[in-house]
Amino acid sequence: MEDYLRYLPHTKEDVREMLEAIGTKSVENLFEAIPKKFRLSKPLNLPQPLSEPDLIRHLEGIQSQPYISFLGGGAYHHFIPAVVSHLISRSEFYTAYTPYQPEVSQGTLQAIFEYQTLMCQLTGMEVSNASMYDGASSLAEAVLMAQRITGRKKILLSQSVHPEYRKVIQTYIDPDEQEIVLIPYLKGKGRTDEKAMVQCLGQDVGAVVVQNPNFFGVIEDFKNMGEKVHQTGGLLIVCFSEAVAYGILRPPGECGADIVVGEGQSFGIPVSFGGPYLGIFTTNEKYIRNMPGRLVGETVDLEGKRGFVLTLATREQHIRREKATSNICTNEGLCALMATIFLSCLGKEGLRELALMNLNKAEYAKKVVSGIRGCKIAFSAPTFNEFILKVDGDPEKVLEKLKEKRILGGLSMEKFYPELNHHLLVTVTEMNTKEEIDQWAEELEKALKSNSPIVT
Amino acid sequence: MTTHKENIVKKINDTGLIQDEPLIFEQGGEGRRGYSLPKWDVQKVEAKQVIPSHLLRKELTGFPQLSEVDVVRHFTRLSQWNYGVDNGFYPLGSCTMKYNPKVNEEVAKIRGFAQVHPYSPQEICQGILKLMYELENYLAEITGMDDVTLQPAAGAHGELAGLMIIRAYFRDRGERRSKILVPDTAHGTNCSSSTVASFRMVGIKSNEKGILSAKQVDEQMDDQVAAIMVTNPNTLGLFEEELGEIARIVHQRGGFVYCDGANLNALMGIVKLGDLGVDMVHLNLHKTFSTPHGGGGPGAGPLAVKKELTPFLPVPVIEKAGETYRFNFDLPKSIGKIRAFYGNFGVMLKSYAYILSMGAEGLKKVSEMAVLNANYLMKRLKDYYHLPYDWPCMHECVFTDRNQEKYHINTLDIAKRLIDYGFHPPTVYFPLVVKGALMMEPTETESKEGLDRFIETMITIAKEAEENPDLLREAPSRVKVRRLDEVLAARKPKLRWTGKNPNNQIPNRNSPSPPLNLRGGWGAL
Repeated sequence: MEDYLRYLPHTKEDVREMLEAIGTKSVENLFEAIPKKFRLSKPLNLPQPLSEPDLIRHLEGIQSQPYISFLGGGAYHHFIPAVVSHLISRSEFYTAYTPYQPEVSQGTLQAIFEYQTLMCQLTGMEVSNASMYDGASSLAEAVLMAQRITGRKKILLSQSVHPEYRKVIQTYIDPDEQEIVLIPYLKGKGRTDEKAMVQCLGQDVGAVVVQNPNFFGVIEDFKNMGEKVHQTGGLLIVCFSEAVAYGILRPPGECGADIVVGEGQSFGIPVSFGGPYLGIFTTNEKYIRNMPGRLVGETVDLEGKRGFVLTLATREQHIRREKATSNICTNEGLCALMATIFLSCLGKEGLRELALMNLNKAEYAKKVVSGIRGCKIAFSAPTFNEFILKVDGDPEKVLEKLKEKRILGGLSMEKFYPELNHHLLVTVTEMNTKEEIDQWAEELEKALKSNSPIVT
Repeated sequence: MTTHKENIVKKINDTGLIQDEPLIFEQGGEGRRGYSLPKWDVQKVEAKQVIPSHLLRKELTGFPQLSEVDVVRHFTRLSQWNYGVDNGFYPLGSCTMKYNPKVNEEVAKIRGFAQVHPYSPQEICQGILKLMYELENYLAEITGMDDVTLQPAAGAHGELAGLMIIRAYFRDRGERRSKILVPDTAHGTNCSSSTVASFRMVGIKSNEKGILSAKQVDEQMDDQVAAIMVTNPNTLGLFEEELGEIARIVHQRGGFVYCDGANLNALMGIVKLGDLGVDMVHLNLHKTFSTPHGGGGPGAGPLAVKKELTPFLPVPVIEKAGETYRFNFDLPKSIGKIRAFYGNFGVMLKSYAYILSMGAEGLKKVSEMAVLNANYLMKRLKDYYHLPYDWPCMHECVFTDRNQEKYHINTLDIAKRLIDYGFHPPTVYFPLVVKGALMMEPTETESKEGLDRFIETMITIAKEAEENPDLLREAPSRVKVRRLDEVLAARKPKLRWTGKNPNNQIPNRNSPSPPLNLRGGWGAL
């Protein structure tokens, strides 16, 4: 019953001695500042405490059962080397606070410095912060930052950006102050409609936002858009939700991006039902002072030895208060550490090979499924590890049939794009074996046969 | 010039077990690998056969090439330069650095939680939804509120969501309110969250007792004030005794009372914030509910609200019909989404485990022992350190460096000297209303022996300040690095490794003294 006392070391004698030192008779007296009428007279209505074994039994009992998964769309099943979990479980890392006292936080600080460097190398940018909450909130902060820099209220946002990310931008901006213009995607290619975007450009546009690979898995070609938006004095923001793609994709920094943000979950962080994840945020040096979030910088100690500190904090809430560039305080430090360890293991060759394997597995799935009657790859532009599949039938029913075979066959697109009402987003990673892909295709074929075709 | 070999010998001699460790980019070599991928079971084609070359990168310039052993040694060494709750006493005020139960870390790794995709069909994750639904209920019960969203990723994110909800509430009524009242003792996030949510922050002074007075609020409360943000207990560790009356005044003029629940650790099972008239409160699961801080996150900042504000909560909300749980995305007045998916589920899971381990009596005991520890610490140290608010505190207490001023010793020196004795320093120079503040929060998980050791150390340091102040000015000395030049870091920002200057990992004792550090000074060196 009182197993919780394992976290509470006070003996009766301790309490007595401490009260005596304080000069009061009871613990209750310590709460005298709280007006009596508000003090609770009965216990909180919570379940009886559980012992450790009972707690484990309870939680194991409510966990979900495994399925073969072809789900993605911003959260990806990738292999996580055992090293990651072991190293982040060192309690010097995970039980430490934000590294405000650098002399006792050099481990965290050096790791973040390494993380910042890796993110710059990955994106081709000059500066990275120490992390944001997730890809979506990172993108919303990028939009706010672009408005701070340009003083312009209009943002051109590609419709092929992750729908949830777009919603988060919508929440973060003040509709009275800022305006979002949606730029459609090309129905055949699945890429942002560059012409439509260029037409909307003008002196009032603060930034253009594209995602690469986009929500359809399609690889965008945005260099031109970058040049055009720069001509009118706006910024190019590039985001991503599948970071592994940058093992082979050209870094956005080489293609004119001014701010590059994205989701880092793919780098060693479990999908964990949507969080905690890792918001990546990078930009160029000239915009440092407008950046949100913490930064770690290199310096020396009084003996001239290299060390690391939190720096440029005059942008941040604890110093700048209401004039800060963002309200972010706690970020996703341990997730940034996971990504750093993950990338250290994979290294230069490993990340490239991992990306290539993802590409090849998805290409294989595309090839297999192309041969199935009633299935069609919806967009013609090249993709990375996910693609939009059009099926002749009700996608929900197809998915239901696959689920009966313990396969999560894809994500129905209709709730995000009403016009894509026969479409699935299918994600294939290195975790999907050839056998699984074949099985998926086979079950898909069966499901489509039994599903009465709908004329589209 | 010394040779590389001599440098290595010197390094070993210099650092003992606090080993030097270069950056990952400064070690390893071409062809070394620390990874193992699944076998290639499909045809392998090069990327350029699928994707046009101009969209592909040449190589991952700068990325390291390390073996698994290299990686493990590297991060193990790094970890040894850190100080965490498991290393010892961590009295960091307003941060609630309590013990992080290990079973919670274990259950978060259960496959059927960690490996579940957020877009999985809801019918196959009923256990997860049940867990979230129940956690919402527990947090509502603890705070005395009606509904909870678990989506905010941190306390500041909860604040932002809360203020956006308030903004949406007023706009829905066709009202425009522009101001948020924020006390001078508030966390910096309260101020910045107000701005991000398009409000203007208006400061409000706390009184000579260190709390807000209803009279002051009455004077500043007008029909332009959307809400007052109150931290309770506040950052001086004091209970806002007049909050009930303040809430009455604010409500009367159509405003809301937002509570920053960062300090809830003092109140569980003792009083419910909802009963005091609070309309919304965010909680920091990584403080009160025992989840680790992770060296700066991930945390979680659930937001609890009264019924009137429920329609504006971010989507989706979790509903229960019979024995079935489901997400409802259809909330017409919702502020929308504040992040992708549903929140930091991995963190929620640990807090859920914590609440189930503690139960009602356990949580009440937590608050009682947290307050007992803080009062004990305060009482035992007040003869040695100046205590600006000399009456009983809640979960934390705030001292200053005033007694040590005459020896030209400041708060930073005291904090750094604590490191030499093996303690993490308290929060320094906060709250801003106290000059040279030393803010200490022992939490309930520290034993009396642990507190006594810390108290004896603080007393020793007070004596050292008097008799040998240089010991403090030169502290810390028994660490990986000594005081760092923060001015240099900010003036010439070096925020990533660029391959230049690789030799500075070897300490050079003969280098000229670095420039003065504004905050701490460089002492006698």
